[in-house]
Formats: sequence, C-alpha cells, structure tokens
Amino acid sequence: MMPGEYFLEHAGWIPLFPLVSAALMLFLGRRLPKFAVNLFCVGSVFISFVFSAGAVYQLAHRAAEDRFFQKILFIWIPAGVYHTTAGPLANFAADWGILLDPLSSVMILVVTGVGFLIHVYSTGYMAQEGGYYRFFGYLNLFMFSMLTLVLANNLLLMFVGWEGVGLCSYLLISFYFHKKTASDAGKKAFIVNRVGDTGFLLAIFLSSVTFGTIRFTSRGFEKLVDATQYPGMLDALNIGIASGVFAVGMPVLTAIALLMFVGATGKSAQIPLYVWLPDAMEGPTPVSALIHAATMVTAGVYMVVRMNSLFQMAPFAMHVVAAIGALTAIYAASMGLVQTDIKRVLAYSTISQLGYMFLACGVGAFVGGVFHLMTHAFFKALLFLGSGSVIHALSGEQDMRKMGALWSKIPVTAKTFFIATLAIAGIPPFAGFFSKDEILWKTFSGGEEVFYKVLWVVGVITAGMTAFYMFRLVNMTFFGTSRVEHEVEHHIHESPPSMTVPLIILAILSVVGGWIGKPASLGGVNHFERWLEPVIFSPPAALAGLAERALPAAHREPMEYILMAVSVLIALAGIWLARVIYLQREGLADRLAEKWGPLYTLLHRKYYMDEIYDALFVQRTKDLATALGMFDRGVIDGVGVNGSGALTLAICRISMWWDTWIVDGLVGLTGTLVRLGSYPARFVQTGKLQSYALVIVLGVLLLLGYFLRHAMGMV
Amino acid sequence: MLTLVTFLPLAGGLLLLLLGRESHAAIRRVALLTSTVTFLLSLLLLRGFDATASGYQLVERRPWMSNPQIQYHMGMDGISLFLVLLTTFLMPLAVLCSWESIHTRVKEFFLMLLALETAMIGVFFALDLFLFFLFWEAMLIPMYFLIGIWGHERRIYAAIKFVLYTMAGSILMLVAIIWLYSLSGTFDLPRIQSLLQEGVIRLPVRQEMLLFGAFFLAFAVKVPLFPLHTWLPDAHVEAPTAGSVILAGVLLKMGAYGLVRFCLPLFPDASHKFAPWIVGLAIVGIIYGALVAMVQPDYKKLVAYSSVSHMGFVVLGIFVFNQVGMQGAVYQMLNHGVSSGGLFLVAGMLYDRRHTHMIKEFGGLATPMPVLSSFFILITLSSLGLPLLNGFVGEFLILTGAFERRPAWAAYAATGVILSAVYCGVTSV
Repeated sequence: MMPGEYFLEHAGWIPLFPLVSAALMLFLGRRLPKFAVNLFCVGSVFISFVFSAGAVYQLAHRAAEDRFFQKILFIWIPAGVYHTTAGPLANFAADWGILLDPLSSVMILVVTGVGFLIHVYSTGYMAQEGGYYRFFGYLNLFMFSMLTLVLANNLLLMFVGWEGVGLCSYLLISFYFHKKTASDAGKKAFIVNRVGDTGFLLAIFLSSVTFGTIRFTSRGFEKLVDATQYPGMLDALNIGIASGVFAVGMPVLTAIALLMFVGATGKSAQIPLYVWLPDAMEGPTPVSALIHAATMVTAGVYMVVRMNSLFQMAPFAMHVVAAIGALTAIYAASMGLVQTDIKRVLAYSTISQLGYMFLACGVGAFVGGVFHLMTHAFFKALLFLGSGSVIHALSGEQDMRKMGALWSKIPVTAKTFFIATLAIAGIPPFAGFFSKDEILWKTFSGGEEVFYKVLWVVGVITAGMTAFYMFRLVNMTFFGTSRVEHEVEHHIHESPPSMTVPLIILAILSVVGGWIGKPASLGGVNHFERWLEPVIFSPPAALAGLAERALPAAHREPMEYILMAVSVLIALAGIWLARVIYLQREGLADRLAEKWGPLYTLLHRKYYMDEIYDALFVQRTKDLATALGMFDRGVIDGVGVNGSGALTLAICRISMWWDTWIVDGLVGLTGTLVRLGSYPARFVQTGKLQSYALVIVLGVLLLLGYFLRHAMGMV
Repeated sequence: MLTLVTFLPLAGGLLLLLLGRESHAAIRRVALLTSTVTFLLSLLLLRGFDATASGYQLVERRPWMSNPQIQYHMGMDGISLFLVLLTTFLMPLAVLCSWESIHTRVKEFFLMLLALETAMIGVFFALDLFLFFLFWEAMLIPMYFLIGIWGHERRIYAAIKFVLYTMAGSILMLVAIIWLYSLSGTFDLPRIQSLLQEGVIRLPVRQEMLLFGAFFLAFAVKVPLFPLHTWLPDAHVEAPTAGSVILAGVLLKMGAYGLVRFCLPLFPDASHKFAPWIVGLAIVGIIYGALVAMVQPDYKKLVAYSSVSHMGFVVLGIFVFNQVGMQGAVYQMLNHGVSSGGLFLVAGMLYDRRHTHMIKEFGGLATPMPVLSSFFILITLSSLGLPLLNGFVGEFLILTGAFERRPAWAAYAATGVILSAVYCGVTSV
C-alpha cells in the first residue's frame, strides 16, 4: 500500500454501507420514524459516494498504468481441482474481492452519485406513500447489489450482484403489490432476466473450464502479494495467445462472448429480451430512474466492456453485438414515437439508448459505450425524475394527452427537463452530443465494410427519431394548450426542494458531463478516453489484423466534421417536425395517425411482440407443463404406479380364485370323492347292534363253511 | 457417542409412554427437550470431527450375532455428519410446528416422530449392511403412521403408497445385500469395500450391474428420481406439516446418501457404465419436475415437484464423477433440506390460518402477515438459487461439475434455473 491511500484500502466498504442500512430497514424499519429512515438510507449512500470519490481520487493520483487496485477479502467458494480445456489443472476458487480500476471507478461514481441524488429525490416523492421504510430498504439493497456487481473482481461475484439487482428490480417493480399489473410486471422482469442469466451462468462455466479461472485480471494486487498465485482471465488469455492456444475467432471464445451477451440482452433490455422493461414502469418513478435508466440496465454494457479482451478476440460476437445494438436502437425508438404514457416513452428511449451503447461496444468503441453510459445516466435519470415531478404535480396522471402547458406552472421541473431533452437529442454542447457523436463516428470509421456504413445510417436515423419523440413529449407536456382534467388543475404545484435540487444538479451534469470526453477534433483532449485506456485490451502484436483497426484514423478528420453536422441536422429536423406536428398544426397528429393507420397501430401495439411472445413461449410452456402434469397424474402415476397396484390386485384376485376353486377345490374334491366312494359302505354302518350281530353271525358261518370245505377237501 | 446421539430420541420417546395420555403440555416439552438435546449433542460431534483425516471416525464396533456374522458397526464421515446435523436441526422445528396443530393422540405422535429420528440417524451412521437395512426399514413404520393417522383426507392411500413403493425398492436391496454377504462372508461395509478394491472378490460385469441396479433402485425411489417420483406429491400433500418437513428435509436425502455411500464405492464400474442414463433421468427430472410444479394448484404439491427438480440436481452432481460436482451435490442436499423444510413450515402455517393449500386462495398475505411473507419470500428465493442465499452454491457447483464433464448436460440442466423462477413466481404473494 502506498502511503495515504485510506479510501483505496477501504474500497471494500463501499457496498457495505447501504447493505447495513438495508438490513436495518428490513428488520427494524417499521419501528423507525421517517426521519431516521431518511438519515440511514440517504446517509449510507452518501457515505458510499464519499468513499467512492475518495478512492477514485487516490486511484487517479497513481500513474496511468498503476491504476488498478485489487484486494481479495476472503475466499468464498473453494472447490476441487479440474481439467481446463487448455490442458493444465486448475484449482477452482471463487473469491470475494474487489477490483477498482478506471472502468469500475466510472461506474461507482455514477452509481453512488446518481444513486444519492435519486435517494434524496425519493424522500420527497415517496413522502405520502405507505411502506416508506420498505421502499428505502429495497433501494439500499439495490445499491449494495449494484456496487457488488461493478466492484467484483471475478465473474461469479459479478453474477451475485447481477442477480441481486434483478431481485431488487423485481421487488421494486412490484412495490405496489396490490396492483395486479405491478406484480405481473415484476414477475415478467424476473423471469425474462432469468433467461438471460442462464446464458451468463453458462458463460461462467465455459470461462472457468477454458481459462482455469474466473478472476478478471491479476493486476492491482499489492506489491507483497504474488500475483501469479491469483491468475486472471486476461493473463490466461495473453499467455494463450502467446503460446498459440487461443487465436482470434476461435469458436470457444466466440461462444463465451455470445453467452455473455445473452446475459447482457436480458439485463440491458436488448432484442430479444427487452420486453420486460416497458412493463417495469409500473414501479415507482424514482425506481425507474435509478434502476431502469441510470444503473442496473447498463450492467450489460459494463459487462461487455469489462470483458472487452474476450470480445475483441471474437469478431463474430462483436458483429452480433453491434447489429443487435443498432437494431434495438431503431426498433425501440420507433415504438417510442407513438406512446402516450410519459414513462413508457422514456422506457423505450432507454432501450434505444442502450442499443447505442452496445452498438459502440460492437464496433470496438468501448470507451464511447461507457461514455454514453455515463452521460445517459445523467440525462435519463433527470428525465425520469422530471417526469416523476410532473406526475407528482398532476396527482398521479401519466397520460400525456391529459397534460400540456405546464411550463410556467412547474418551472424548475420544466426547465431541467428541457435541458435533459436537449442532451438526449444530441444538441451541442449538451452531454449527449459528445457521447452520441463519438459512437456514430466510431461506427462510421469502424471499418471499410458496408456493414459499418449501414450501422451508421441506422444510428443517425435513430438520432432523428430520438429528437422527434423527445420533443413530442416536451411539447405535449409543457407547451401547447392545457388538456389537464379540471379537478387536477387546481392542485398543480411545483415539487418540494428535496425533489427539485436533485433535478438541478442532474441538469448541470447533463450540460457539462460531456465535456470530459471532448474529442480532439473539437479542440479537446478526451480525458475520458485517456482515463479508460488501461482497461481496454490491446491485442498483442501477433494479432496485427486487429491492432490496425484500433488505430485512430486521423487523416479522415474532415469526414468527422461532416458526420457531426449531419447528426446535428437530423436531430434539428426531428425537433422541427415535432414542433410542426404537436404545436403549430392542431390535429395534424391525429390526421397522420389516421392516414398511416396500420403502421400507427403496429407501433402503438409494440409490433404485437408481447402477444407473439405470449403465444410462442409463455402459452406453449404452460401447455407443455399442463400436458406433463396430466402425463404425471395419468400415465406415470395412473398407469405406472396405480396401474401396477391394480395389476397386483388383479393377480391377487386371480390367485384367490385359483385358491378357492382349484387348490381348495381339489381338496374339496378329494373329500367329495371319498364321500362318494364311501357311499355304499354307509348302508352297512347302521348303528344297530342286532344287524351287526347278524353280520357277525353270517360272517362266522361263512368262515366256518370255508374252513369246513377246505378241511374236508384235505381229508 | 454415535450410539448416544442415535438412540437418545428413542429413549425420549419411550419416556413419553410414562406420561399421562392427557398431559399434552408435558409431552410436548419432553419431545422438544429430547430433540433439542440431541441437536446439541450432534453439535459436539462437529467438534470431535477431524476434517483432515480420511476414513470413518468415532467408530463403534460390537459383535451382535455370530452366525451370520453381524456387527453393530457405526461410524461417521463428513457427509454423514452433516446429514445428521441436518436431521437433528430439523427435528426440534418439526416438534415446534406440531405444537398447536396436533390435538389427537399427541403422545403417539411425538413418539413416532422421535422414533423416526432414531431410525434416520441410524441410517446415516450404520456401517454394517444389515444394520443399515434395519434402520432403513425401521424408518418406514413411524412415517407410515405419521401420514396415515395425522394426515389429511386421502392419508390412507398416501401412506400405503409410500410404504409399498419404498418397500418394493428396498426388497431388491435386501437381496443384493444377501448376495454380497454370500460372496464376501461379511456385512461390514468397509471390509466389503476393501475386498472389492483389492480384488479378493471379483464381480463379473453382469453380476456387478445387477447388484448396482438393485441398490440403485432402492435409492432412486427414495431420492426420488424421475419416473419413480409419484409417491412424493401424495405423501407430501397428505402428511402433517412435521411429516412433510422431515420427508422433504431428510428422507429424500437418504436416497442420495445411499448412492454416495454404497453404489459408487462398491460398484464403480457399473456406476460409470450407467452414469449417462442416470444423468439423463436426472436432467429429465430437473426440467420435468419444474414444469409440472408450475401447474400445480396445491402449494404442497408444487414444493413436492420442485423437490423432484432439486434432487435431480443432486443426482446429476453425484454422477458427473468429479470433486466439484460431488461437493455441489452435498451442498445441495443440505440446502434443499433447509429450504424445502422451510417452505413446508410456511405451508403448514398458512394451512393453520386459511385451512387450504390452494395457491389461488392465498394472495395478498403481505399486509396481514408481513413477517411470515418476508420469510416466505426469503426461503423461496433461496430455493430458486439466488446468489448469496444457500441454494445457489450447490446448484452452481453441480452445474460447474457437469459442465466440465459434458457442457450439454449443464446447458440442459440450466434451463431448470429459468423454470424455477417461473414456478416460484407463481407463488409470490
């Protein structure tokens, strides 16, 4: 340990503060006053934030190549030795350790920072709700899981956090458990995520048998620790590349990468597992902001970036990631165009923006992906919190058709919301512009193939759609004529400071958050890229084909400006269109919807995807289960078990019949025969002494006669 | 020491006979005291256990009959120790959960429960095949009465089914035990094992397979392995809460224990030969159990079928023949014992309040019973294998072990992970 690295040394505590507070809430919360709940729950997250900031600060003070801090707190699951596919024996062990490097630094700052603001906001938003302590207990439990996920030094511990955030997401979506839609949405989220988790789980197995370890890296241990004792996947990969065991595009590497990506599509709501996120909006709005926009749903992106070495070795998997990302981006944006529920628009927007992040990862711009993850966390959290503030002001109304002209009535909410909208629309100099532009540029320059150009076109169209639906939302909510219901109108009020202050801070971040990654072409130095550089895998020289593409294409700079202008212009076009349709020309929206009826319905009904999934998977699984249930009752238990029981009984009956009629019958027959045979004799046995005497006399006479004859004959 | 732990419950049960028929409070207290003391004593075993030593520990060996030579031979190793701890831990809970719910023939009920405990512990400690079989069969009697007297509506049917099914399996085992005796001249397990290993007795392939099959069938019924599982739902549904807890918590483990203790070490070749088939059945059981669990209207049946699924994991872990899988199987046994025991306790408490096991009659329990529903959710989550809760470690290790041997096995079994979320989702309050 270098002197004065207190916070780094204690980075393992960062997840613990919310855990302690969560435990307190769930066991004792009911007896605590609201004030104490606030103090513990918000305070614990604040302390985590302070510790995170301190640790990152101390990490930043190290030299760039030393910015790794790894510490094993204890061995969690020690298990036996096994053979790896590479040959050597490995000792399977999952430790409980933390890894703080530039990547996890970004994540913990976003999680604790945005998380803290959302906790503060929640004290205002949830003030009137029942189950206050329960809500904060779950929220803190979520913070613990999320911090475990990002700080984990191995795949299995990451999986712990991964499942933990899924659980908290489930608990918080169905927070209003009396509402059937809410509890159904919770279950849906949990089950769909479970499908993805299975992919992740298999990826862990495959990694462990391929690399012999599931630890990410051996870097960052203290000098005293012998790092070779704690090999990481990255080391195994490097050794394998050097010795020729691993090569680019090897099936096993592609398989691991794709399996991980299956996990990512579940958690980060990508095609085909995105269906749970829109429904997740049933949860309280701060939950949507924290879990379903800023932090949890980005876990998939984090995972892909964390495993970027592996993905870079699997070009096919990269292509899949990019294609799925781009497809999800435009697909979700198209559904966002026509939604009328303010939170659902934001939900589809989130799916779409996550698609951007995966697009970035897929074209090798991992830094761009994380950059967009960060700026998106700022402005999307702000958008959700702002929409929460609107809903709060309108006594729970979420339908945008019953809003309008709120700009002057809730000014702070409206202005901050507007800033976030500019940011997501990609208008310079707001945060979203820089990150989105970096992604689009890296996509375009990702390669010479048509593939990358198509991805770029999709990305740009999505940017236009994003600007359109966001300004549609803003126009319907804050501008135009008021369509607010009469009795609600009286109660419209700006939210309390506990809610507006977080909005203001997030608004500031939505403006300046992007400057940290200002590209060289705009006179910046892109600190963000520099910061993340150490965690991005640079393939060894042996793999020259890969290395070439990673080089910045400096000579194409004019192109960069042109593309930048194109994306801004497209965004402006989207804004203009939204203004024409929703502000200037009354009724145009309805006429358009009518004219494009089938298309509108298709989008509005979300491509009927829920129905299709229901018909294809849900109902079929249920049918199968019902059929098997009947099979179990009828065939296995009925024919098999009860059948053999009945068979036994039948055999018993036959035996009994045999016994009665044959075996016993023979006995009886013998008796009958004897009786029949003795029938003549019975006439002799009369029981009269006289007749017996008569027989005796007759016998004697007979014998006498016999003897006499013989005697005479002898004589 | 082992003898003390084994027979103390029975002694307590006999003590109950001296108490008056109507003094329910005293009967319950004695039963609780007995089971608690047994648990504490078994904790002492943990202290006396030397984890580094191999072989059986705390061995007790006394001649019992001279011809045929049968010994009273008891001993423990890590697996039996933990299974005994599981048994003695669950027993006080079983006594407690019967505190209010058993009103008729209280004395007999607790006598049966304690006698059952003796038989179960005996099974785990016995190292003589004859002695083992004795305990194994002795277990059936109290369980039969527990289901048949204190059960629900179809109790007689369930009790008879349970006993006949188990008997059918164990009769073949008895034949195999006698056959082994005729080959080796002893009932002593470690001795037979060393005779086989040293090649003093050689089993022809066919013979080994027959012997393996006979043992395996007895244990597979107990596990229960698909398709021999249908006695379980009936027995669970009809049994009183304590019976269900013990049945799911301990009795099912005996099958898996038997596989580990007898089938694998005595007949290694046959085990390897049959392994793919057995693993196939285990995987079918995992998926099939989970799917069937999904559509059960009766909560106890749901848990019963989920047990089929979970025990499929155990068998899978045993028959992948590696250290990771075996460790996972042992973990999973213990975890399943605790979590399914817990689920049946919850089911019993809900029954006491709502007088039904139908899931659709539950719903909305979080408001009137926040504590019960919190624990319910916690146990459910553990049973579906959420990380940090105990179900996860076993499942993870088993799948790792399976993956190492045959990735496809792990992939099929992992679908059980998804399905468990579905059937647990069905029950969420």
